[in-house]
Amino acid sequence: MSNIIVLPLIVPVITAILLVFLRENIVLQRMISLMTLGFVILTSIVLLIEIQAQGVMRLDFSGWAPPFGILFVADSFAVLLVLIANIVASICVLFAIYTIGSHFEKMYFYSFVLLMVAGVNGSFLTGDIFNLFVCFEVMLLASYALISLGGDKVQLREALKYVLINVVASWIFLVALAFLYGTVGTLNMAHIALRVMEAGADPLITTVALLFLIVFSLKAGLLLFFWLPGSYSVPPTAIAALFAALLTKVGIYALVRSFTLLFVNNVEVTHMVLGIMAGVTMIAGCIGAISSKDVRTIAAYNVLIGVGFIVAGLAIGTESSLQGVVYYLMHDMVAKALLFLAVGLMIFLTGETLIDNMSGLIRNYPAFGWIFFITMCSLAGIPPLSGFLGKVLIGQGAIEGGHFVLLGLGFLSSLFVLYSLLRILLGSFFGETIISLEDEKPLKGRVLMPLILLTVCTVGLGVGAQWLAPYVLDAGQTLYTPSIYIDAVLDGGVNR
Amino acid sequence: MESLILLLVGVLVAVATYLILSRQLLRVILGTAVLSHAAHLLILTMGGLKKGDVPLLGESDGPYTDALPQALILTAIVISFAVTAFVLVLGYRVYKTNGTGNFDELRGRPDE
Repeated sequence: MSNIIVLPLIVPVITAILLVFLRENIVLQRMISLMTLGFVILTSIVLLIEIQAQGVMRLDFSGWAPPFGILFVADSFAVLLVLIANIVASICVLFAIYTIGSHFEKMYFYSFVLLMVAGVNGSFLTGDIFNLFVCFEVMLLASYALISLGGDKVQLREALKYVLINVVASWIFLVALAFLYGTVGTLNMAHIALRVMEAGADPLITTVALLFLIVFSLKAGLLLFFWLPGSYSVPPTAIAALFAALLTKVGIYALVRSFTLLFVNNVEVTHMVLGIMAGVTMIAGCIGAISSKDVRTIAAYNVLIGVGFIVAGLAIGTESSLQGVVYYLMHDMVAKALLFLAVGLMIFLTGETLIDNMSGLIRNYPAFGWIFFITMCSLAGIPPLSGFLGKVLIGQGAIEGGHFVLLGLGFLSSLFVLYSLLRILLGSFFGETIISLEDEKPLKGRVLMPLILLTVCTVGLGVGAQWLAPYVLDAGQTLYTPSIYIDAVLDGGVNR
Repeated sequence: MESLILLLVGVLVAVATYLILSRQLLRVILGTAVLSHAAHLLILTMGGLKKGDVPLLGESDGPYTDALPQALILTAIVISFAVTAFVLVLGYRVYKTNGTGNFDELRGRPDE
């Protein structure tokens, strides 16, 4: 039964390779990639139910017992993220089918998307920190190809910067891995956690922890986000939405995993640094979001505010705030994909990127206008949409833990999110209609369909919170009590 | 021996940093390649250089050399090879489309 843990990684890889041979047959490519993602969604639902029944599951590859071999570990947190990531990815692929054009589709677009999804799923599920590095690289190489696909002048330029930043970040990852292996002598995450706990507040381990913090912050866009607005605004809409929804979230997942499981030995230092970085990210994101008039830039800075808010929840580190982190991560994937698709659609419809040059879109495209309104409410955290519960839980945790500065910054940032998106709504959707009925580009229902599906997701995540609650509670509990994870991996203890 | 290799790692990192901070595209790419070599050497050194026998039970009574860092490096070398190849091609395309390999001119203007 535990063999199904590997399916979210292996099935997309196999179909991605298969699609390379089906280059000319675009229809078949579309169908296979949607079916693959659908299959992964089903697998992760089965896994979720199974985890509820029998606790954290693991798969030792080739039967090498931990801590010696590479293994996959499925706990509720990882599988929930796999589930949402694949739902969002399939919706983005659906959007790409109608919008991206055959020259992208013939250049192995679907293969790269599936490889990236495979890397994302692998990163969520792996229980070995070197394997995490490998999955990161799988995901990143596919994203390098996706960001430079199309080959515009600006796009290639930004792609080069994105690639170079990530190469250097991967180098820091390797260095941190080397020091970690030299210090604790193991790469199995549960075993590392055990050894770090035995070592206590060792300054060497704290240094290694801070190195990992730098790596994952670069990937997540936490404080070290200088590369993000540029590279997220150049690729086509569907790809940008995929990036915004998945890539930074994998970085956040790695941060959450390492600072709830691995490095909890010196919380005063590491979590304080995390808290400061989260606060500064939120402030900088807010400044960026309200200073720009370019809708793409506003959307990119909104990603940063989300990252800061989630990491604030991690830095607070109480059980309810960790539940909030799980919940808000799921919400953020859906909502950011929706925001990027909406912004991309605005640019497609008007051919403009500045708020001032668009006006009165709601008259031309009423359904689209209302979808944008719901997106805005969801991101600002208005009940009953999905952003609300995560914010409440993180806020509750902040009060319990006495982190009032982060609490204030977090809720202030929600106001700035609301303000920055309200500016788009008032400036571009309301006001005088400048596109006459004759000039209006037709907005086909099928192009709007993915946005509607994501809107349904964000409403569903909010309204169906009760139904999701047992899984989120379990995920939060596993994060808050690392021994559950460690016991499940090491069968209650390792002698060495 | 370990100290010597660590010094070498330091030299490689210094060279790579110099190359990466330069303005020329090709130099930066070469810098990242050198940087990855430094990381591989560091992993090898962190596992301890050859101290014992081949880690095969029954071949000798030990002590054995740690084989894990070599497996890690093998993986890391393959990855850095792929990434370097990709960056070289991307760099060439950037040079062709933008007409320059100088990062000052690749900065981009705000009005684009």
